[in-house]
Amino acid sequence: MSEAPHRHAGSSALRAAETPVPEPAERKLRCAARGIEKSFGATKILRGVDLEIPEGTFAVLVGPSGCGKSTLLRLVAGLEQADKGTITLAGRDVTNLPPRDRDVAMVFQSYALYPHLTVRENLAFGLKLRGTPAAEIESRIREASAMLGLEKLMDRLPKQLSGGQRQRVAMGRAIVRRPTIFLFDEPLSNLDAALRAEVRVEIRRLHDRLGATTLYVTHDQVEAMTLADSLWVLNGGLVEQKGPPLEIYERPRTKFVATFLGSPQMNLVAGKLSKEGGAFWAEGGGVRTRVDEERFGDALVEGREVTIGVRPHDLCLAKGDAPIVAELKVEIVEALGSEAFAHGWIRSSGPTFVARLDAADARSVRPGSAIPLAAAPSAIHLFDAKTDRALGD
Amino acid sequence: MNERKPGLLETILVHTVLVAAVAYALYPVLWVVTLALSKTGGTEARVLPLPRGAEDLTLDNFRLVTGVGDPEKGWLFARQLVNSLVVSCATALTAVAIATPAAYALARFDFVGKRTGLRGMLLTQMFPGVASAVPLYLILDALHLLDTRSGLVLVYAATAVPFAIFQLRGAFLAIPVDLEEAAMVDGATRVQAFLKVALPAARPAIAVTALFAFMSAWNEFILAATLLGRESAFTLPVVLQSYVGEYSTQWGAFAAGAVLVSVPVMALFYVAQRQLLSGLTAGGVKG
Repeated sequence: MSEAPHRHAGSSALRAAETPVPEPAERKLRCAARGIEKSFGATKILRGVDLEIPEGTFAVLVGPSGCGKSTLLRLVAGLEQADKGTITLAGRDVTNLPPRDRDVAMVFQSYALYPHLTVRENLAFGLKLRGTPAAEIESRIREASAMLGLEKLMDRLPKQLSGGQRQRVAMGRAIVRRPTIFLFDEPLSNLDAALRAEVRVEIRRLHDRLGATTLYVTHDQVEAMTLADSLWVLNGGLVEQKGPPLEIYERPRTKFVATFLGSPQMNLVAGKLSKEGGAFWAEGGGVRTRVDEERFGDALVEGREVTIGVRPHDLCLAKGDAPIVAELKVEIVEALGSEAFAHGWIRSSGPTFVARLDAADARSVRPGSAIPLAAAPSAIHLFDAKTDRALGD
Repeated sequence: MNERKPGLLETILVHTVLVAAVAYALYPVLWVVTLALSKTGGTEARVLPLPRGAEDLTLDNFRLVTGVGDPEKGWLFARQLVNSLVVSCATALTAVAIATPAAYALARFDFVGKRTGLRGMLLTQMFPGVASAVPLYLILDALHLLDTRSGLVLVYAATAVPFAIFQLRGAFLAIPVDLEEAAMVDGATRVQAFLKVALPAARPAIAVTALFAFMSAWNEFILAATLLGRESAFTLPVVLQSYVGEYSTQWGAFAAGAVLVSVPVMALFYVAQRQLLSGLTAGGVKG
């Protein structure tokens, strides 16, 4: 509990690109799942997933609905049984143990507070069941309620609490248990946007303060990016990519990961590689850009069919003699104050294209106009047109 | 929420309908109460069944039914009242005790015969109780339970259990599984999750189910009249019927008896109303 929190999120993109996913070997694994398979009837939900969470890590499982992330969390909790594979918690094989013997605490999406019990009784419930001495229960409840600001709510029933308060009680119920691992199943989805941002920070703060090990499931990529030390992107029952969130954001290994993380999502157009004047260019769908040869290396082959990807945030209004990557026919401008997003298309038959603009630049942009866009070659992503895997990986 | 204020015409219309509905429901009750309190009996057709005046009011009918001044009759009535109470309470308890775990299992687990069992129970609800009066009589006779309270409880519970299971299964289905899963992650066994979480959350539904079982037993006449022969074993509905003779009917006594029979049920509703109305699960999960 006293271990200092450890974050990878700040690691630089370049370093991350050169090194494999940094697994802190010096720290013990708190949770490990190997070769997990799970089906419900004829539907295969997990197809051989491996998961490793070192002590003190905030691991986030993210993916679209149906990708198997909640199932994986429930398997770790013991609420489902795996068809294949093993799960160990703190070095102990818990694959066939019921939830009560796994020493995990879980915060449910619905909070799942016991409706007939007061906040105090809700917090004490698990400790009482485990035969914790009354004085110990009292001190743990006092500590958790102070940490979460629940002191004044202790004698209320769940129905007398607001959504945010219920959320805090649910977290309190987990904290008093001092478990091997904290499990969160989309805990913020029932809160409004403002509260969600607030509680998100709160959860991370608590994790750091407790030196806890956490497995957190969400479909919200903002939560995933902001909370995770270690991010696991699931798709179709498989781990599509894992690593520190910024590394995944900057170097997505597949087209799916590239479009799933980042909002607005990455622009993609079909294109081809060509070589001109000793330099490689990617061209297609009205986009023409130089590519980073150092990054893609041998993957650059003249005539190779690729998908060109560029994030809206990596685009800007081309000024001066900056090379123009594409010309955007603007349909809508979303002005957010500090920045703006221009939505439109490059070719009328092509996909919609989004570019982030500085607020000042956006003032002069009108729907219907065409604007030149620039992007650094290092910001250009290339994916194999057939396999959808990123080039250079 | 923006509440619309109803117009005058709408208010008048709504209240007229409500008053008419209440009058419709209470009209027979007014008749019975008037009959019970009236000296003359007054069964002749009248639009407004009200006592003719203070001199017409009396409690004689109640005295007659309860046997005030006639120790033997009084003792008999007390015994019959106890019969009704014991049979109804025992029916309610037995039905709930059997139906609650059964309903929980049917709501939460998959097992062989679940659907068939549910259909079978539904099937039993399609036949009126009286259809099985003869076989029930023969069975109870074979078990030497005719004319006994336990025999009647057995019969009533058997008919109340399927309905209770249906009602409670619905209640358990409405309780989020998350609650029990949270309890199990917190350290509870499946049985503890049921006893400490699901059961308290289903308390209002269990109260309603028990009340229905109690009422159906309390009001039941045909089976009681068939299965009970001794006067001292009678339940109150059978006693009431004894005031309706082949050649003459003691309407006053019958009405007084009817009022007395209604009182415990009304009292029970009054006591249980908070439990009946409270949504105890509110707030446990999102929303």
